[in-house]
Amino acid sequence: MPNTVTLSVARYRPEEESEPTFREYEVPFRKDWAVLDALNYIKDKLDGSLSFRWSCRMGVCGSCGMMVNGYPKLTCATFLADYLPGPIRVEPMRYFPVVRDLVVDISDFMRKLRKVKPWVVRQREKPLGEGEYLQTPEQLDRYRQFSMCINCTLCYAACPVYGLEPSFIGPAAIALAQRYNRDSRDEGAMDRMGILSEHDGMWQCTFVGECTKACPKHVDPAGAIQQYKLAGVAHWFRQLLPRAAK
Amino acid sequence: MNGPSQASYSRYHPKWYRRPVSVWWWLESWRFTKFVLRELTSVAVGFFALELLLEIRALGRGPEAYARFLARLGNPLLIVLNLLAFVFVLFHSITWFNLAPKAMQVRLRGRRVPDSAIAGANYAAWVVITAALAWMLLR
Repeated sequence: MPNTVTLSVARYRPEEESEPTFREYEVPFRKDWAVLDALNYIKDKLDGSLSFRWSCRMGVCGSCGMMVNGYPKLTCATFLADYLPGPIRVEPMRYFPVVRDLVVDISDFMRKLRKVKPWVVRQREKPLGEGEYLQTPEQLDRYRQFSMCINCTLCYAACPVYGLEPSFIGPAAIALAQRYNRDSRDEGAMDRMGILSEHDGMWQCTFVGECTKACPKHVDPAGAIQQYKLAGVAHWFRQLLPRAAK
Repeated sequence: MNGPSQASYSRYHPKWYRRPVSVWWWLESWRFTKFVLRELTSVAVGFFALELLLEIRALGRGPEAYARFLARLGNPLLIVLNLLAFVFVLFHSITWFNLAPKAMQVRLRGRRVPDSAIAGANYAAWVVITAALAWMLLR
């Protein structure tokens, strides 16, 4: 086991330069350290000007997404020991505009997420007096996997379609739409169908499958999208039927 | 298009950097390359469909036309093309069957049918139909 490992970190200071550059930092190697620990060491001891996002450091908040050796990862869940002997290349998440160093702007994703109405939509709200919504474990199981999404946007960094066509609504937004569509309490499936049937909705997806590979919470957005495509086609056919047959 | 937020303090708004996406993005990793090859198998499928249509047309025009068609197929270039197309179509079928369980989540008696069962059912149907066709055509 070596004593140190080199991190090659992308730096971008908009007030000084017009393009990102790489700067090498030598950090101590500890076998239980994640890339995030190394970045915090750099910020504490080597270069306080390094900017990056992080929060929970345990893989549930989705803040610390970055490209590690060219692949989108949560840096709190990516261990230095797996990348020996190094150097380890750390860059900001792909396909998002870089604000500074390793910080990207994800407002595009936030906008798209709002468009799919990621909440339980009811035609009529159940008044409190009528009690809770009851849900069996089977009903929960239908959408549970998609509810695990932590909005880390690693799937967007992995999706080449999003890279080539930034107007694509993206894997996480569609997976979250499915999470609510399949929730027995929700009545908003038709609202979401309209938005996702547009040109930049689910049909932009060509089932590359990289989003599912990159997802740290095993949400399987690619599966969600293909299932939604089937539902979309079924809906389209049903619309062709005369009213009486529906 | 996603763009910078409409900040009224645009004079101090940081200059965002957008890394350009290379036209050779699909060569950056073997998984991307495999994906593009998978999409290109549609050309091989189209090639076979066209060949089938031409064969049916030759059949309809009588035995001499059909014999000429078969002779043209014997051309070494066409044999190589057909072999190549066959390899691509095999790749197409295998990737399709392996991906089918992602799109079709079947629930039986409240429990999800495992992916291997759905893919396996597709492969089994493929073998059965091929065997039936072979028996019909070769007996």
